Amino acid sequence: MIRLEKRPSPSRFWQGATPVLAVVLTMIAGGLMFAALGKNPFDAIRTIFWDPLFHPQFASYSRPQLLVKAAPLILIAIGLSLGFRAGIWNIGAEGQYIMGALLGAGVGLAFYPADLWFIFPLMVVAGAFGGWVWAMIPAILRTRFNTNEILVSLLMVYIAENILSSMSLGLLRNPEGGGFPGSRNLSQYPAASNPEMIAGTGMHWGVIAALMAVIAAYVLLQRHILGFHIKLAGQAPRAARYAGVNPTGLVLLCMGISGALAGLAGLFEVAGPAGRISIDFNVGYGFTAIIVAFLGRLNPIGILLAGLLMALTYIGGELAQFMLGLPAAAIQAFQGMLLFFLLAVDLLSNYRIRLGYKKEAI
Amino acid sequence: MIGGIDPALLISALMVASVPILLAAIGELVVERAGVLNLGVEGMMIMGAVCGFIMAVQTGSALLGFVGGALGGAALSLIFALLTQVLLANQVASGLALTLFGLGLSSLIGQSFVGIRPPSTGTVPFGPLADIPFLGRVLFRHDWVVYASVALVAATWWMLKATRMGLILRAVGESHDAAHALGYKVRKIRVLAILFGGAMAGLGGAYVSLVRVPQWTDGITAGAGWIALAIVVFASWRPWRALVGAYLFGGITVLQLNLQAAGARIPVEYLSMSPYLITIIVLVIMSSGRGKASLNAPASLGKNFHASR
Amino acid sequence: MTRPDLLRVEGVTKTYPGVVANSDVSFAISQGEIHALLGENGAGKSTLVKMIYGLVKPDQGRMTLRGASYAPVEPRAARASGVAMVFQHFSLFEALNVAENVALGMENPPPMKELASRIRAVSQEYGLPLDPARMVGDLSAGERQRVEIIRCLLQDPKLLIMDEPTSVLTPQEVDILFKTLRQLAAEGTAILYISHKLEEIRALCDEATILRRGKVVATCTPRERSAREMAELMVGATLTPPARAGGNKGVVALEVADLSVASPIPFGTSLKNVSFRVAKGEVLGIAGVAGNGQDELLLALSGEVKAARDAVRIDGAGIGDTDPTTRRKLGLVAAPEERLGHAAAPDMSLVENALLSGAVRQNLTRNGFIDWPATERFAAAIVADFDVRTPGTQVAARALSGGNLQKFVVGRELSQSPSVIVINQPTWGVDAAAAASIRQAILDRAAGGAAVVVISQDLDELLEIADSFAALNEGRLTTPRPVAGLTVDEIGLMMGGAHGMEVAHHGH
Repeated sequence: MIRLEKRPSPSRFWQGATPVLAVVLTMIAGGLMFAALGKNPFDAIRTIFWDPLFHPQFASYSRPQLLVKAAPLILIAIGLSLGFRAGIWNIGAEGQYIMGALLGAGVGLAFYPADLWFIFPLMVVAGAFGGWVWAMIPAILRTRFNTNEILVSLLMVYIAENILSSMSLGLLRNPEGGGFPGSRNLSQYPAASNPEMIAGTGMHWGVIAALMAVIAAYVLLQRHILGFHIKLAGQAPRAARYAGVNPTGLVLLCMGISGALAGLAGLFEVAGPAGRISIDFNVGYGFTAIIVAFLGRLNPIGILLAGLLMALTYIGGELAQFMLGLPAAAIQAFQGMLLFFLLAVDLLSNYRIRLGYKKEAI
Repeated sequence: MIGGIDPALLISALMVASVPILLAAIGELVVERAGVLNLGVEGMMIMGAVCGFIMAVQTGSALLGFVGGALGGAALSLIFALLTQVLLANQVASGLALTLFGLGLSSLIGQSFVGIRPPSTGTVPFGPLADIPFLGRVLFRHDWVVYASVALVAATWWMLKATRMGLILRAVGESHDAAHALGYKVRKIRVLAILFGGAMAGLGGAYVSLVRVPQWTDGITAGAGWIALAIVVFASWRPWRALVGAYLFGGITVLQLNLQAAGARIPVEYLSMSPYLITIIVLVIMSSGRGKASLNAPASLGKNFHASR
Repeated sequence: MTRPDLLRVEGVTKTYPGVVANSDVSFAISQGEIHALLGENGAGKSTLVKMIYGLVKPDQGRMTLRGASYAPVEPRAARASGVAMVFQHFSLFEALNVAENVALGMENPPPMKELASRIRAVSQEYGLPLDPARMVGDLSAGERQRVEIIRCLLQDPKLLIMDEPTSVLTPQEVDILFKTLRQLAAEGTAILYISHKLEEIRALCDEATILRRGKVVATCTPRERSAREMAELMVGATLTPPARAGGNKGVVALEVADLSVASPIPFGTSLKNVSFRVAKGEVLGIAGVAGNGQDELLLALSGEVKAARDAVRIDGAGIGDTDPTTRRKLGLVAAPEERLGHAAAPDMSLVENALLSGAVRQNLTRNGFIDWPATERFAAAIVADFDVRTPGTQVAARALSGGNLQKFVVGRELSQSPSVIVINQPTWGVDAAAAASIRQAILDRAAGGAAVVVISQDLDELLEIADSFAALNEGRLTTPRPVAGLTVDEIGLMMGGAHGMEVAHHGH
């Protein structure tokens, strides 16, 4: 008979070890899934986790992609993690990402073809603002009307997607694009573009923003009373009120930060790697970032590593699609599986597993 | 109301349109009444949609398709049950994981079924009843799932209100500690409720791929699971109100589709976002003011149970 | 009196990781006997009865019921054998009505209509009126206990276990309960009565088994022993009551006038026109049965619930609409009843928990940045000054025993040189020695000039440390009176007499 026994204090060892264990378990289960799809599991795992970085032929293309894909994931996940720690569930980052991109690109395109120094900085502000506004809607509905922010923020994604397609067919459509949907290409508009800074590295402003977010979040959570209050509110809401934390303010703050960071991620993406607004501009970073946040144990440094790992599965997945004919959806299932295993092994940090015959009535 | 839209057709279409969310909402309602918040409805629905579709295509029987859909949804919910009831994982995160995984897995196993037509689901022959003017067209020309969904609402209502099983389920959702102290098997009851919720979401998903659309494409449920979750809140955890909520939502969906078809002046995108927008507005109305829906929420909703000393 | 033994417990042992809850416990109870199980908090009484009720399985030892071996695997089996239990923390469902709650405690309940009429009949027969259609969340603590008792009685139990039943009752309600229990015993039901209140046991019980640290230390007939003798057996030491410096009351420090707030707690009690004043150096004791507005009063004083500005004044300044941080700056500290989850965050370390309420008055932050070394020193000082038994300050709060965490929480508040102190249930669940030291610390702060409000359900405690006394009843506070000269009857009436008796009698 297996029993669970609550540890007196959370185990520090397992807090660090569970993500690693989850990755290993996911590789095993994923391998089985790939085998079921008729692929050699070892080839598949190697193609996903090793080749993007070290393959003699493809690594030079895929290595820079690592930062390109990791930056938005980390940026969004850092914001989400603050809310998740406080028990505030913004799961509509995908929508905030879209709105940040739309507003940011909109501001940039409004100046086309002017060449002014402040256009890009203004776009950055607009991108953050777009995401912030979109996140404020569920935040204010929660604080003012006690509406569930999980459902509202998620439903707002569908609304944002419709606005995106309306914009790329209408207001933001490239007038010189021959009627095809999609905006002008911002990467061909220097004053509004977010270019690769050092060729072959994938480094762009979004990567710098992500690193800054990691550092800021780390300091906030470790050293600042606000970070302490965020943790407190998530672990013991009543103790937080007792400590003087204003729950309304905390909801607005956490939702606002996560929305602004998601909006920034969208702006950097549209002005850089993606280049333009199109109907299928969003590729699910806002949802994958949820996995990244949990895989990083809601810890800024952990999120940095988790973001890189998750970016690797994206790139490796594309490579496996190209080389082994592994379906794209397999990678999505693989990422979902990772979150399952992570949640499953997470209990090791708070509970001991006992094997024995002593049985309590459960 | 608007030229070119026939009210009988509209009502009859809304009854069909609301079936998937109604089924999923009734399942989730039972789960939440047992004190468990499963946010993976969308994932379970889409698994139901793909499993039901494959089963129906392979066997040529729509009925077996629905069985397959229910099994698919229940199988995925079993993972959620394992995570939250045995491994005590956070319910919000586990539900999200279920949705993310379900979306990926369904698209993986459904990829060779794109573009196929499933066997059709039979209409119930009501004979002369179907020929009654207006009423016949509104009420008596549907497939059997439409009637089954209403019957399931009634059965759930009766089960929760009048049976001992329903009383125990509500007790577990209200206070798992007290239920445990009285000797009820909190975990077992919750696992069963989760499986029921999964099967119902799976049925709802199968209805989307077998009747509503009817074919298989990636992401076919398009947020229906989230709307089902919203309807549970709208319904204040009461079955008949869930029916009202689902029909209301179905009505809006059908209306906006009709408006699109009728070539209304409003751009298509704004019409197709309207169901989500209206769901949010309804949520706000239900959560605020005197009739605060949250007051009726089961007291242990979303809290994990671990029998310590 | 040689009645046959109904239940024998022989050599029962139960260990939890790090704790021996029961060690080689034996006793017997016969038909129609009222048997007391006496012991301090943490002596192992609850574990023992949970084993008898099938919630916990013993590691060693055996039990026999009416001569046959008895080892219930679950409460259902215990109930089937005729063992019923009334819990200390109620096993009731607030959002369900009385009849539904009763049905959940029965194996084969009759249809609801029949059940309702049986509830009415039995409740009248035993003098415990109850309306089966009422929502349990709306009932008083005493009425809720009636629901539990009726639930047991409907199953015609041979052995009725009652875990600390009087802690939620007014003195008048205790009298009614004792009448019922004596009636049941006369009908042949054995009653296992758990308590640490000695006078009650002397008034009610035929036999007593005294537990200390999980072991049986004595068996006696309570009527033949003095309360003092039994107390020493129970505690294992002689206790000295706290010393008070008696004295000069200063100017009014805390003034509450016409305080009315709606309860933020589901099925909670709203405060209605609460007024009182506490002077520097004065201890005001507020009594009341649980659920009569104690939690709400603490929340309104601590600032977690806001009221009208002038409803609460410190040194004359209105602060009723300010937040906890502002009030702490002005010298008000508060310790809520619930230690884990309210006064302390269970998974956080003692250092973090010291920061939780100490940040403001102890200057533990600079521009919002936390001074961890200073916080660490503050936590260590609390641990040293209040004799908190812990391996260190980095352990999680939940790892501490209830008594030690209580010392930490009370110590944290008292260490902030407060001018106004509000404490709800300062010694709840704490052993006698620790309780005495907490009370002494409170009196010391009062002697140092602090105005103190102690909210407690323990009348003895209040009479021991308070200068003036008031009671909360359904959210209303009686006018405070000096403690000197109060009788138990007067106190009982201040607490509201017997709740719900009149209502139920008129109702049918």
